[in-house]
Amino acid sequence: MSLHILRPGLMTTVQDRGRHGMQHLGVVPSGAMDPVALELANGLVGNRGDEAVLEITVLGPEIAFECDALVALCGAQMDARIDGAPLPENRPVFLVAGAVLSARRATLGSRAYLAVAGGIALAPVLGSRSTYLPARFGGLQGRALRAGDRLPLAEQVAAVSLKRYAKLPNKRETAGLRSVAWSAPPLTLPAREPIVIHAMEGRHHAHFDAAARRAFFDATWRVTPDSNRMGFRLAGPTLAREEALEILSEPTCLGTVQVPANGLPIALMADHQTTGGYPKIAEVAAADVPRLAQLAPGGTVQFARCTLEQAGELRHALRQRLDAALRSLAWSYRK
Amino acid sequence: MYAEFGDQLDLEVNQSLQALAAALRARSLPWIQDVVPALCGIAVHIDPYHPQLPEPLLEHCEALLRDCFKAASRFEDAGRSVEVPVCYEAEFGLDLLDVAERTSVPVEDIIRRHTKNVHRVLMVGFSPGQPYIGGLDAKLAVPRRATPRTLMPAGSVAIANAQTAVYPYATPGGWSVIGRTPLKVFDPARDPASLFAPGDRVRFIAIGRGEFERLL
Repeated sequence: MSLHILRPGLMTTVQDRGRHGMQHLGVVPSGAMDPVALELANGLVGNRGDEAVLEITVLGPEIAFECDALVALCGAQMDARIDGAPLPENRPVFLVAGAVLSARRATLGSRAYLAVAGGIALAPVLGSRSTYLPARFGGLQGRALRAGDRLPLAEQVAAVSLKRYAKLPNKRETAGLRSVAWSAPPLTLPAREPIVIHAMEGRHHAHFDAAARRAFFDATWRVTPDSNRMGFRLAGPTLAREEALEILSEPTCLGTVQVPANGLPIALMADHQTTGGYPKIAEVAAADVPRLAQLAPGGTVQFARCTLEQAGELRHALRQRLDAALRSLAWSYRK
Repeated sequence: MYAEFGDQLDLEVNQSLQALAAALRARSLPWIQDVVPALCGIAVHIDPYHPQLPEPLLEHCEALLRDCFKAASRFEDAGRSVEVPVCYEAEFGLDLLDVAERTSVPVEDIIRRHTKNVHRVLMVGFSPGQPYIGGLDAKLAVPRRATPRTLMPAGSVAIANAQTAVYPYATPGGWSVIGRTPLKVFDPARDPASLFAPGDRVRFIAIGRGEFERLL
């Protein structure tokens, strides 16, 4: 039983929560760029939060389901359809064998997550099914999906899907699609641009001149088209340093904002290099990384200065909202 | 969280960082996802959503590092010995003649010096399995090339300043390439996947073209 990729979209990869514990060997965690949408999508179909899903980027794929399957599409709004009928996002939908899902261009956000009950049954590489494109491992042969690919689903996916769908409250059928009358809240989509992202001063913040230190938190930055899963390159004022100190390569982190010699900052994302020698002007608060990940090329962002304590509070608040959504789902599926 | 132990590379400090990393890992704290000993500091990556995450976090991490530092002496030198066959022939040692000119050390002597020392892996990073190796013979210290190469083939063994690098993947870069290893530096299907780990002792062994082919 599998998913048959008819059209791959711009870049569709298999992702889960990522491979942790190997950064000392240069292996970055990778994983979903928006882990909140990943957890919601998995929760909606009754999966554990770390099952592998499809990460869909900006332009959606066309996928044929070769068996019945309970699915959920979360994150970016993709104007997705099932055989022409609109697919409601952020809720479980029961698809019958032969259904064709077609997602178009993202109208809000840039990354959508398609979870299937039971997950995508590829063999983990170094403890994860996440695709790491730069070194070509994980996911399906370490690459983005292509037309003609078949992705294996869990055994008994049809039976598991039917059983799980039966447990859901307030079922509703519209335009021939079996779904529910409720939905999970999208927690990471941009309300309006520029989005506001909280960031702490980085280790080398003081190395930058006064104008650069001000500009980083005052300017509106635009995500450039050469941004990818490794990093978001930001266009705006050039950030100059007081003096060009040579910095020894040192570890970097998800959300680190580093500034190469050209003065234009790069926010490090899920596939970032584990070490780097560029000065770090800021660190994005962990709670805001998923929202930043939803910004498409051309999207705009402003950075709001925050402290470590405030970053912690943001994290707690996000966790609470996510847990509240997941709790009611878990309760339904346990019945 | 990153704790810095100086801003200059010091081989002894780096050695104690390896021990500190080992002591920290031995705690198996569930909210710590990654411990990364670096050239002159140590990074601890935390799971920001772990239910057992201690508060206040920074103070707790600092106390933890101090505590582990005391225990670190028991973990001294857990590094393995890694032998790396390198073919230094002109076909692979793209910058050997250039290095010979800049250091006034003849090619034969460069190879002798590079294979004589026992080197140390100071850090692994940037890409999977890529080692930063210290302990290069002082006579071979050359600055980075003014014009970086657009592509160094996978397996390239390169030097710059006091370090040697071995590239797991083809990459652009400004280091001087003096040879190539036939070994796979990183292979996710192998156990262990990475040829190098931080703290490992490294010896380079000169091999000929035939041996290179055989080991490929």
